[in-house]
Amino acid sequence: MTTTDATHDLVGRGNREGAALFRDWFAEIDETARTGGQSAYVFVMGSLNEILKTFDLPVIFPEINSLQTAVRRVAHEYLEEAEDHGYSPDVCGYVKADVGTQLRGGEHPMGQIPQPSLSVLTNACNTYIKWAEIWERMYETPTFTIDIPGTREAGGQTWQGNSDFEADRKYVETQVRELITLCEEITGKKFDIDKFRQVLTYTNTMSRSWKQLLDLNKSKPSLFNALTDATIYLGVANGFRGTEAGAGYFERLVEEMEYKAAHGIGQTIEEEYRLLFVGVPCYPIFRRFNELFTDWGGQFVNSTYLWFASGGSNRGFEYDLTDPVASLAEGVLISVRDAMDAMFHQNEVLVGMSEDFDIDGVIYHPIKSCRTVSTGLADGRRHFSEETGIPSLFIESDMMDRRVVSEAQMKNRIDAFFEGLASRRLAAGVQG
Amino acid sequence: MTLTATTVFEEWRGKSLDDALLECRDQVEAAEFDTVRRWREAGGKVVGHFQVYFPEEIVHAAGMLPFKVRGAPVEPNKADSHFGSYLCSILKTSLELALSDVVEMEMFVSHPICDAARNLAAIWGRNVDYPCQILYLPQNPNSAGSIEYLRHEYDRMRRMAEEVSGREITDDDLRNSIDVFNENRRLLRELYDIKRETPWLIAAEDAYALLSLAGMIPREEHNELLSELLPKIRERTAKQEDRVRIVFEGAFCEQPPFDLVRMLGRTSYVVDDDFHIGMRWVTQDVSTEGDPLWNLAEAYTEYSSYSPVQHDTRKPKEDMLKARMAEAKADAAILAAAKMCEPGLEEQVTYTHALDEAGIAYFVSEFEENMTSFEQLEMQVETFIENLLFA
Repeated sequence: MTTTDATHDLVGRGNREGAALFRDWFAEIDETARTGGQSAYVFVMGSLNEILKTFDLPVIFPEINSLQTAVRRVAHEYLEEAEDHGYSPDVCGYVKADVGTQLRGGEHPMGQIPQPSLSVLTNACNTYIKWAEIWERMYETPTFTIDIPGTREAGGQTWQGNSDFEADRKYVETQVRELITLCEEITGKKFDIDKFRQVLTYTNTMSRSWKQLLDLNKSKPSLFNALTDATIYLGVANGFRGTEAGAGYFERLVEEMEYKAAHGIGQTIEEEYRLLFVGVPCYPIFRRFNELFTDWGGQFVNSTYLWFASGGSNRGFEYDLTDPVASLAEGVLISVRDAMDAMFHQNEVLVGMSEDFDIDGVIYHPIKSCRTVSTGLADGRRHFSEETGIPSLFIESDMMDRRVVSEAQMKNRIDAFFEGLASRRLAAGVQG
Repeated sequence: MTLTATTVFEEWRGKSLDDALLECRDQVEAAEFDTVRRWREAGGKVVGHFQVYFPEEIVHAAGMLPFKVRGAPVEPNKADSHFGSYLCSILKTSLELALSDVVEMEMFVSHPICDAARNLAAIWGRNVDYPCQILYLPQNPNSAGSIEYLRHEYDRMRRMAEEVSGREITDDDLRNSIDVFNENRRLLRELYDIKRETPWLIAAEDAYALLSLAGMIPREEHNELLSELLPKIRERTAKQEDRVRIVFEGAFCEQPPFDLVRMLGRTSYVVDDDFHIGMRWVTQDVSTEGDPLWNLAEAYTEYSSYSPVQHDTRKPKEDMLKARMAEAKADAAILAAAKMCEPGLEEQVTYTHALDEAGIAYFVSEFEENMTSFEQLEMQVETFIENLLFA
């Protein structure tokens, strides 16, 4: 194969295959709904897919369903339906879009969403808990909270051998075993430890690849857009976690990115500024939001979103197959804790990223819907700026609700930010 | 120095019941937290703990003052720029108290009760120079491992308290503290018995002030205060009026303005509520036999109240609310939520649907601790109550 053929074959493959897998996934979900099959509702920060896939339970990510309504510009219909049902405009838009979906009997732009046989959630986001309570009441199906104790103070993570860590690990393991028992009851199937090991093997491949993928984007020019392209990768990372298809996808994606890095192939625009993104994307104007930056040559090369919304896969934790249940508990504890750190203690993360990725600026995008991610950003930014002197921009909008997205206002601020970056670069050049 | 060596709230002593209650109201209404300042001036150390529940016995056993951080009716001039939009007030005003040195402390502890509050420890930690810790209370109290986990977490808190206080905390210290708090819980139950059984004997705002003081003064002092005033309240001769009996729900974290409580008390009998529910979280005596930390952990999960920020399959909130209303023989509920309080707003939906199904009257409202105008709200509440009275 010539280099030209390989380029044609490889470049963009991850996006094409990711989109196809996404369609397959929703086709399976739709089929499950139409045939009345069992399914589990889960969340991106600690889906416990490893257990659920062992029981062949299709997984539904209501967060992803909700953001799809925004990307497809119909979120407002769902939000209004939930607000008519009593939910305040100040409640998370993901929750409300899902309530709208449930009130419509599962009708969704990407297919029919089945009712849950089981909901599994972690405490990584408190709204997960309130959200699952809604299904618990609507359907009277079980809800299982895997409680993951997080970091107790900045820089205070504990590790294997420390008694505090071991207490946390034991608590998580107890819960994992309880979840296995619950799944056995719901599905009528016995837990198959060999199948579980196979699922963990696939997840190991995915975690290893996810970490490699993020690291590869240190390349100059960057290889993928951490806001847009990576949202596709995130979807696959969550929906296909613990599957052969997911593992294969990420191996091929890493292959694509390694090829691009080796051949200096960047993105479709000239990379003028390398940016970090902190927060959750603005899905109601997803493409346009990105263009507000790329129009100036700004490229997102990494984001905290890729850390927390992957459930901490950025750590690349790999399970020990000789003691799989205990190792899953340990991995979930470490990874989900890391996801939480990326939201609550993100400055340490950002300082490291800024150096590793040679960053020109940081974009903070707190959103009305998500207080988990947004509450600490203003303060974090103050301290990050003091510590690093790296320019940053703070723009508020939402991930779902177009009523609080003001594109014109955002554009003004983004333009001003880039003008500042350009002046800064010019001044540095003059001084140099 | 031990807790009992310092008293910080003397103003009520030697006064008539009405005057003593006035002093209590003044102390709670003011945003200066003089009692905490006095404690520190006497050389005491303070551990601030954010809503909702905190095992204060551990801090008390170290000889420190546990102070319930509950926001305040102040402008967050210094704190505002540390937060974005769309957040509840209590986060900002609580930080304001710290940044403006109104409340000084040696340690701050918060809990991941909601998406916003779980950010607090990190934010405080970046802006103050004392330890800011998160106490991870179990969010899966239905797990067989939750009590053992919590016992370890409490032990971690004990170690932190020892470090901050410079004093060892023995099991006997803890048992002594549990004793003090058991007495306090008994007295608070008695206060609420009065509210439920003879609400005409105590105004809503007076009951609120008596409860609220618990988080601002040493518990021994609070026990003394309640032990002296509660019998006097029972001896009052006020007559029962034809008023609607209401339960106020929605003040588990941010507190409604004092004047809002006063307004409700003018128009109805507030026979039960969830004001500062963390102080009434443990619903019975904690055992002083055996392992005190285990006993505290067991009490948190097994003998406890409810709130929108704890999921426990044994305690569906709507059923708990209906039980609270039934026990208090309430006619109606005020279903309130602090502005931007997501768990409170979400629970409102559940409550309204459940009360609709049960045919129980309710009034839905939002509040903010800094509210100063109540005319419109009062008119709405009066209309609601008149509808009930003359239905």
